[in-house]
Amino acid sequence: MNETNKKNTSFKFNWQGVLRYGLLAGIVLLYVGVIGMVETFNEREVIYTVLTLGQLLMLFPAFVAAYVYASRTMKGSTVSTQHVLGVVGGGLLIGLLAALPTIIMIFISTPLDIRSILVNVNRNWLEVVTYDNRDNLVNGSMLLALNNLGAALVGSVIVLLPERVRRAVVVALSFSLVVGVMGETVRTILEQLIPDEAIDVIFRRRTLRLEGALGIGVLAAISSLFWAQIRSRATSTVEKMPAQQQSMVRYAQYGLLLGVLLILPFLIGRALSDVMVTVGLYVLMGFGLNIAIGLAGLLDLGYVTNYAVGAYITAVLTSTGALGIASTTGLDFFNFWIVIPIALLAAMLTGFIFAVPVLKMRGDYLAIATLGFGEIIYTLAVSDWFRPIIGGAQGIREIPNAMFFGTEIKNPEQLYYVVLVACILTLIVSIRLNNSRTGRQWMAIREDEDVAAAMGIDVARAKLLAFTISAATGGVAGAIFVIKVLTVFPNSFTVFVSINVLSLIIVGGMGSNPGIVLGSLVLVGMPELLREFSEYRWLMYGVLLIFMMIRRPEGLLPSKIRQRELATTESSAPAAAGD
Amino acid sequence: MTQQQADAILYSRGMTKRFGGLVAVDSLDFQIPRGSIASIIGPNGAGKTTFFNCITGFYKINDGDIVFNGQRMNGKTADQITRAGIARTFQNIRLFNNMTAIENVMVGQEAHLKSTWMGAIFSTPASKRENEESEARARELLRFVGLSGKGDVVAKNLSYGDQRRLEIARALGSKPQLILLDEPTAGMNPTETAQTTEFIKRLRDDLKITVVLIEHDMRVVMGISEYITVLDYGKKIAEGKPAEIQSNPAVIEAYLGRGAAASSRIEVGDN
Amino acid sequence: MQPNSKETSRMDQIIRRLPYALVALVGVGALMTRTPDPWIMVLILGMLVLGGVNFYSAWRAGKDFSVVDFTIDALRYIIIGLVLIGSVNTLAAGRYTLEQWVNLFISGLAQGSIYALIALGYTLVYGILLMINFAHGEVYMAGAFTTVFLAEALNRSGFLNAYPLIAIPILLIFAAGVSMLVAVLLERIAYRPLRNAPRLVPLITAIGASFFLQYTFRGFYGSGHKTYPSVELLSGTVTVPGILSIPVAQLFVFFAALALMGGLYLLVERTKLGKAMRAVSENKEVSQLMGIDIDRIILFTFAIGGALAGAAGVINGLFRPQGVNFTMGFVPGIKAFTSAVLGGIGNVPGAMVGGLFLGVIENIGPTLVLSGLGIPGVNQLKDVIAFTMLVLVLIFRPQGILGERLSEKKA
Repeated sequence: MNETNKKNTSFKFNWQGVLRYGLLAGIVLLYVGVIGMVETFNEREVIYTVLTLGQLLMLFPAFVAAYVYASRTMKGSTVSTQHVLGVVGGGLLIGLLAALPTIIMIFISTPLDIRSILVNVNRNWLEVVTYDNRDNLVNGSMLLALNNLGAALVGSVIVLLPERVRRAVVVALSFSLVVGVMGETVRTILEQLIPDEAIDVIFRRRTLRLEGALGIGVLAAISSLFWAQIRSRATSTVEKMPAQQQSMVRYAQYGLLLGVLLILPFLIGRALSDVMVTVGLYVLMGFGLNIAIGLAGLLDLGYVTNYAVGAYITAVLTSTGALGIASTTGLDFFNFWIVIPIALLAAMLTGFIFAVPVLKMRGDYLAIATLGFGEIIYTLAVSDWFRPIIGGAQGIREIPNAMFFGTEIKNPEQLYYVVLVACILTLIVSIRLNNSRTGRQWMAIREDEDVAAAMGIDVARAKLLAFTISAATGGVAGAIFVIKVLTVFPNSFTVFVSINVLSLIIVGGMGSNPGIVLGSLVLVGMPELLREFSEYRWLMYGVLLIFMMIRRPEGLLPSKIRQRELATTESSAPAAAGD
Repeated sequence: MTQQQADAILYSRGMTKRFGGLVAVDSLDFQIPRGSIASIIGPNGAGKTTFFNCITGFYKINDGDIVFNGQRMNGKTADQITRAGIARTFQNIRLFNNMTAIENVMVGQEAHLKSTWMGAIFSTPASKRENEESEARARELLRFVGLSGKGDVVAKNLSYGDQRRLEIARALGSKPQLILLDEPTAGMNPTETAQTTEFIKRLRDDLKITVVLIEHDMRVVMGISEYITVLDYGKKIAEGKPAEIQSNPAVIEAYLGRGAAASSRIEVGDN
Repeated sequence: MQPNSKETSRMDQIIRRLPYALVALVGVGALMTRTPDPWIMVLILGMLVLGGVNFYSAWRAGKDFSVVDFTIDALRYIIIGLVLIGSVNTLAAGRYTLEQWVNLFISGLAQGSIYALIALGYTLVYGILLMINFAHGEVYMAGAFTTVFLAEALNRSGFLNAYPLIAIPILLIFAAGVSMLVAVLLERIAYRPLRNAPRLVPLITAIGASFFLQYTFRGFYGSGHKTYPSVELLSGTVTVPGILSIPVAQLFVFFAALALMGGLYLLVERTKLGKAMRAVSENKEVSQLMGIDIDRIILFTFAIGGALAGAAGVINGLFRPQGVNFTMGFVPGIKAFTSAVLGGIGNVPGAMVGGLFLGVIENIGPTLVLSGLGIPGVNQLKDVIAFTMLVLVLIFRPQGILGERLSEKKA
């Protein structure tokens, strides 16, 4: 994966590298166009009348390719004129190559009727890639090439800048672009905090203005220049404090975080609180699955069964409709709060039952077997066989809101607090287990099952425990889900849910609680906020999983254990002679 | 029961282990005198590690009896045997690589721990107390093997010698009466070997544990063993005190080949 | 647990054979007397007694009692019992004719041959790399979904129906090529960097690759279904009155698949390349020492698996009316993996046997067993049968029918 360092003062032009990166960028650019991403993204404006998300996307491959090429080439070398020319020249070439495949496609798409096979290479696509020059393909192609050259130029030049300037530029670009992309969300949040007139300076309706973008960029750049200093000064001050004061500082940090979480709905408004409820449900499930995967190393791909059991139990017990237990047996005292522990126990029982058969299986077989369980449950849920109980494909409706001391819980804000409490409780349980005898048993089993058994650990029991406890949160999440949407359909309980939870654990960092929160915000929150992301979410999940596994398997916010596992270690003395 | 067996902390009668057609251990009768430092030696492939694996329950024997402290151990699982009082280390070091040293030793104490998952979740006083005691005991054991201060180092980052010591500390966690050490001095230079030899003596003298070694280094074997059993092709070919073994023709033949028997004895320099 | 005396083993053997005797007795009796209910009572009682006897003898021998083992044993009895009760009920009721059963069996063979072709891809890769290529179902889909355009073009020009014996092989080769390309890219880009990673990592990568491929092809060709044009040569039925009446297409599927599997068998057993593949499968390190280029062989393994899957995709498309779409790889992928494990993972003849076996069971099972148990809507539950087989084989016989053949564990 690593290229050889070119520690040199003289510069040799790396043709192979340029060609490779350039063509790679070209293929990626063509690809995102062909699958329709460019068109869909184009609907969102990042900067008012200046830049759309689609156009930003089109600049990305060239930019990244040039950047990576430049960094690899400049590694360890000093900046000389030769270097500058070489890097910039290479960058420009990369930009050209990036545009090439798409330009070819621009010219052949209509004559060859590519659209009959590749459905997204249509007029809309043409419109976007030629920058609205559908009638003049030559002009359009030149614009495309120019834009790519520009992006590549910026990418390669950035590497040549001195460190602090580079950081400032990168931060400025990222911040203003991110604010632009998340424009609607940012505006919604700002509306809660500052008066509309002030916001209209930087936003036009829901889109960031150019002035706004520039302003944010400048602010971000300046902050980054001072950030490093402030940060190091703060850390050194804290390190000099005695231990007790240090823990007080840490508690203060947690307290602040908790405070923000508690007032969050007021900061972000109703629509975003709704999103946060969904994010929170996945965080809850993530914490749970993390116990099985992150601690005990058991890859459970059937986690959705726990979610389904919790949801259906809640639905059946509280529904006022024909399938509800009230109608069929007359027991009508079940409300949400009574049902939650039942759902929790039911999910734990499900986890236990499905764990028994898989106890002796190897890692990947375990994964497939649990996947099989998930599919079995889904097929049964939709089937006619179980329709009399759980409603088949139509599901169960007429589920009343949960009540809390007389008020109905129907706002997202109220639900948010229910989810928040559940998450905090789960987090506490998870942390306590991690540092306990049980946690160490799980880790030992994950490291070396046979030796763990030799130490006196009842491996079967420990594995059963891991599955059972991890199932519990799935059940609670399912129950909360039901009172959020007030209906339950089998379509909500497909393998996608399990993969979703798995992905956010992987991306955030296996075994890492903050990682799971981050993973959920990114993988669950973003698609909810940006419809465009939602359409391509599974594609992006796929790419993300592959990328993370190859480049950063410990996740974005890795736990200490994971870092240890995947780090290279110094070699110890040669192994003992065999017997 | 013979007198020897009565004095033995561990003995076997007719122990046999087969792997398909291969007989790895063949009708073995042996005994380990209580409180001694005993060695099992033999050429490569003689079945020594298999022997350990049978005693500790990693393998199930096909025939014969193993008796520890008067109790039959056949068919017991590895964790039951550990609880009964036998601990071991491994030829190729099998630590829990991504756990810290202190965590490794705490897991070693599993046989004697009682706190439950519910105790952990609700952070009961009993649970917390056991956690603290367990950690304190672990640190004590680390100090005993010479690893104080390295408790928070991740096991795979320890040096080779330290890893060997950690494995012993972990084995001691289960408060064993008998400890089996599989090639404890493999890969060590003479200084380290001498240190390890001293340490093994301390194990027996200070902790009153019976020690059984598998060893190739004859200095160690002849130096500290009080009783030696010699295996070859899964059979016992000799047993007794070091001096007897050194001049035993069957043993010499096994190591050096036929014809060497008449004219030599196993010297301390031979390996 | 090995007791050290030999007395109980003969008794043990008798006890172990008794369930089979019971099953045979009940089966024959119910069929002959056509009144299933009393025989079912006999079966249930018999199983309870046998279970009890088993339990008692284990207790006497001093075996340690484990809840887990007990549950698994009980599960085994329950499943056998349910299958038997269902079958007995259905057969005794005589609701289906012989012709119907034979039709079901043969269409099961046809479906199973498709699973077998795909399963070969799984088994070859697992044998060499010890990893489940989760994305193999999408490799299958890629060939099938892409070739449909070529098929439509050939149909429009009339070539397809004029010269089917040339057109169909063209389609097969084209699909094989597409799938091969996808498989090879998959290996190069996603799997090769992870050759030495801990077990879970390639699996997760494969899951990611599976999603990526699915939605890439959705992006390419859209989310709709496309159907393969029908070929006159393959329409029509073969009838033997009273015994069978099957579509020609199904026969085609079975024999085409058989031919491809035969070709693979020859490749693996008789050619130098095949020998190299088997060597790498046995022991990677030693093969390298013998001068075999591991990377090339692994690439080739993926390529062959991919080619077979692509061909399977076309064969499937030509005989099934419901068409192709971007999700068509997921469920057949899992079923094909089940077949590979059923036959013994890493074992080439095993994948073939496993596939056919699964196809037949999945086809006959709902009608034979489930309707006999009084379950409504049994045809929806075909997948449940397949997935249940997956779980059962992983629990009770993970080495499969013909036994595993795996390389040494990765270090």
